[in-house]
Amino acid sequence: MSQTAKKTGPHINVMRSQLGRVRGLGAARAGTGHWWAERLTSLALVPLTLWFVLAALHLSRLPRAAVAHWAGNPINAALLVALVLITFRHLQLGLQVVIEDYIHNERQRMAAVLLLRAVAGLSALIGVLAALKLAVAA
Amino acid sequence: MTDVRRAMMVGRTTDGRLVERPLSPHLQIYKPQMSSALSIFHRMSGVALSVGALLLVCWLVAAATGDGAYDGLSGFLRSWLGVLLLFGWTVALWYHFCTGIRHLAWDAGYGFDLPTMHLTGKIVLGATAVLTVLTWILVVIVW
Repeated sequence: MSQTAKKTGPHINVMRSQLGRVRGLGAARAGTGHWWAERLTSLALVPLTLWFVLAALHLSRLPRAAVAHWAGNPINAALLVALVLITFRHLQLGLQVVIEDYIHNERQRMAAVLLLRAVAGLSALIGVLAALKLAVAA
Repeated sequence: MTDVRRAMMVGRTTDGRLVERPLSPHLQIYKPQMSSALSIFHRMSGVALSVGALLLVCWLVAAATGDGAYDGLSGFLRSWLGVLLLFGWTVALWYHFCTGIRHLAWDAGYGFDLPTMHLTGKIVLGATAVLTVLTWILVVIVW
């Protein structure tokens, strides 16, 4: 078998169309994008979570004015916006899988996934705008 | 409309009857193991933390709104219900954090053999306890 492989040169022996390979599509009608995005966001959330827990401990005893001053620092503001965006992207990807696993009716499943997108997207927008307002007001 | 995946869940018995096969793992006859327990808790903690993420947004909005809103939220978080919620989210956060790193290691191809998997499972549980206690010692010191 290895001899024939040598004779015919490089070839691909997967039972999958070349167009499907190029598009990265499988039975789910989507590529590895979902899986990959979930991993990348989780990787980014490791340092962001550690930073935020320490920041939250520091801020928990301070009044609003001091918190607003802290959030006005450009580095803190940037990390806050990143935390909100990446957290909501990560939870949207994760909860979508939970929905797809447990809701078997196609209509209900799609409705739930779309509702999740709307709630996660709007929550992230509200969080980002609040963080930006604090960043600009300070 | 029914789930297209159901079409693949139909099998034949030895006497030829068509039957709907059970989903695997079938929880009523499936022996609970550390691997499956840690996995479902990872998912449950993720769902809990998704609700917790809304608190993050509430906190930012309160801070951006004014002293009244911020003091109101702070007051609620210092009530017994607020502290209980925060403690639950702390446990869920550190658990999901540790098992998440374990998942990333698996994705990179490390730690798949059973002895290692059982060891890292115990480490994850220990680390969750240590990080939670450490966080709340800091909370008590700061408050």
